[in-house]
Amino acid sequence: MIEIEIDGKKIGAIEGETVLRAAKRLGIKIPTLCYHEAVSPSGACRLCSVEVQEGNRNKVVTACLYPVRPGLVVKTDTERIKKLRKGIMELLLARSSTSETIRELANEMGAQGGKFLEDKNKCILCGLCIRVCDEIVEAHAISFVGRGIEKKVATPFIEISDACIGCGGCAYVCPTGAITIEGEFIKLEDNIFGKLNEFRKKDTGETMKEILKIDSEGQ
Amino acid sequence: MPFRAEVLICMGTSCIENNSFEIRESIKGELKKHNLTEEIRLVSTGCFGFCDAGPIILVQPDGVFYQGVKEKDVPFLVEEHFLKGRPVKKLMYTPPKEKIPIPTLPEIPFFRQQVLIALRNRGLIDPEKITDYIARDGYAALAKVLSTMKPEEVIREIKSSGLRGRGGGGFPTGIKWESCRQAGERRKEKRYVICNADEGDPGAYMDRTIMESDPHSVLEGMIIGAYAVGAHEGYVYIRKEYPIALDRLNTALEQAREYGLLGKNIFEQGFDFDIEVHRGAGAFVCGESTALMASLEGKAGVPRAKYIHTVEYGLWNKPSCLNNVETWSNIPVIINRGAKWFTSIGTGDVSRSPWGGSKGTKVFSLTGKVNNTGLVEVPMGITLRDIIFKIGGGIKKGKKFKMVQTGGPSGGFLPEELLDLPVDFDSLTNVGSMMGSGGMVVGDEDTCMVDMAEFFISFLVTESCGKCVPCREGLKRMKEILERISNGEGKEEDIGLLEEIAFTLQYGALCGLGKSAANPVLTAIKYFRDEFEAHIRDKKCPAGVCKELIEYGIDPEKCTGCTLCARKCPVNAISGELKQIHVIDISKCIKCGICYQVCNFNAVFKK
Repeated sequence: MIEIEIDGKKIGAIEGETVLRAAKRLGIKIPTLCYHEAVSPSGACRLCSVEVQEGNRNKVVTACLYPVRPGLVVKTDTERIKKLRKGIMELLLARSSTSETIRELANEMGAQGGKFLEDKNKCILCGLCIRVCDEIVEAHAISFVGRGIEKKVATPFIEISDACIGCGGCAYVCPTGAITIEGEFIKLEDNIFGKLNEFRKKDTGETMKEILKIDSEGQ
Repeated sequence: MPFRAEVLICMGTSCIENNSFEIRESIKGELKKHNLTEEIRLVSTGCFGFCDAGPIILVQPDGVFYQGVKEKDVPFLVEEHFLKGRPVKKLMYTPPKEKIPIPTLPEIPFFRQQVLIALRNRGLIDPEKITDYIARDGYAALAKVLSTMKPEEVIREIKSSGLRGRGGGGFPTGIKWESCRQAGERRKEKRYVICNADEGDPGAYMDRTIMESDPHSVLEGMIIGAYAVGAHEGYVYIRKEYPIALDRLNTALEQAREYGLLGKNIFEQGFDFDIEVHRGAGAFVCGESTALMASLEGKAGVPRAKYIHTVEYGLWNKPSCLNNVETWSNIPVIINRGAKWFTSIGTGDVSRSPWGGSKGTKVFSLTGKVNNTGLVEVPMGITLRDIIFKIGGGIKKGKKFKMVQTGGPSGGFLPEELLDLPVDFDSLTNVGSMMGSGGMVVGDEDTCMVDMAEFFISFLVTESCGKCVPCREGLKRMKEILERISNGEGKEEDIGLLEEIAFTLQYGALCGLGKSAANPVLTAIKYFRDEFEAHIRDKKCPAGVCKELIEYGIDPEKCTGCTLCARKCPVNAISGELKQIHVIDISKCIKCGICYQVCNFNAVFKK
């Protein structure tokens, strides 16, 4: 065990675990979007940014990835961090102006809508679906394709994929409801990933919870 | 039998483009015709750097420098210079506004101010001949290292030289090597050395030139680095768009293996090392170290957080030491001439820590509105003014200097007030720009800063990997705002919005590219705010670039009625008979500016 400090509170932590995990034990809530404890962290949404001080260096890092080291001092709620999270949410709000999840979170962060031109993408490219498909289901049916603003989540050649086993884990984990199950199809906009399998057709999502080992608090 | 002279002809990309292959064949033929093949040696070299003056021929030992050579000049040149001993004046370089040509290379201002370390062999050797490299002390440093130095001693030497990464980061090379070695020793793991040759900044070609003109200098640096960190395998990650550099690198690798400089038991000192070349597919982001390593592993070139450094867990989770082409090519010289000599060049004091200054030289590709565009290697600490006005020969067509952008697409724009800034890692960062890998774009009075900012942000939008929100979404919105400002639809709050996005990028983006991506916008606003305001408030583009904000007209006082503009206008928007005053029909005009360019009487104006 090592000792670190988060928002002025001293806490014992395991060297190498992430700031996000240590903070959670302290009951300090750090907002996340692309994080799920069932899969590896990615650092894509940047919402969990916090300030850390090591020696005399002060920097902004993402809590989901930053490993704790002895003597680490973390601040999760500075003016800079608040401004950053607000900025991130304003950008996401412009991307997904109609998404309920995004609007709620944006509201929480004090983000204002209407600053930029608005799009109506449901998918925020957090990549949770891909990580669940790769790391838990191990089906590797979907991935990111393209780059930059053209980037999307898709099956190869945007066609129904043979690799998809129809578990619907992607739809289950999707934070914005961009991946949907319509009838027997699992899809993201007009890209059908695959057909829901027989077992999942009868299931209400409890199996998925079990598979993803989600504890009582969710994430 | 020794030759009485050598004809060195540039086979760099730019000169090849201007027919240096054909010129070489023609020289070969002429030498044969005059029975000179036994007396004069023809050597194909890499880039001389003075690309504006190409195709280039250098005659040694007298150093006569010929430029702008055409195939048709060859018979006269060979006859005059080599038969009659009369150097050809009309092919020599004459500086702008001067009349007397400068006969030899060392006297030309473009070359005179330069200090060559990384480019030490440029234009002097045939890059496809290892013997040429060896003749100029090539592989002597490697011999010294393997036979007389322990790995730790090599690291100490590089550390005390103060050498910092030339690819953009400016991280001290010696510290990187030390951390990589220590990580490998601690975990008893194999290590890798990697050469980053994924040069992607628009208009920058420092690394390409080094590989094209002196590939062995990079290999020698890598072998020394491998010995120091304890690696036995190395990679060169080179972008696909560099076919000549790739060929020469592969040739160099084969030759090095043949000579026992790569492979098993190098120099019979029991050290094994070999290098594999990997071609990148042309993504700008793959120049970022973690994206490069992901790409090398066969994954998509996307960066990851570097909270755990690549010297600890890099390529295939092994300790990996990645340096850029220019950094590697500096290594043999530091070993040969010593760290102390290296620290005599540059700024600051590195006696306590390599972070204390910027030592040695930096190669820049000088482009834009300067007279002498090309590649220059200068000592750290030289002023921007010296680079642009002494080496670069000032601004084209006698126009006024406006700004210089250093550090590639995510570098900053620096105004005239900062021309006397010494160029080194820290001073460039302090004014909102960066050293970067060495791009240097000069703009004159006709450069619009909103337009420039939009250009570079557009580049970054297409090259962003799209992983993190600030870079992917932020750059897209920045581009939208800049577009509307340049279209005359800018709003009062737009400057503030740009600054807000810049903040999110600087502190929120995942990788170095994203964190620095706002530099062009931030420096454009910081140093040229009035120009943004003119676009937004007055709907005017002071430099006369943004199409939506300008109008062309013809001054009746100056118009001679020559009809040239009316004939050149692609949309027939100009009317007027011969010797009558011409008029532009604004409703038809597409603002292409051709009339403005072709008018011989300065009668066409922009407002």
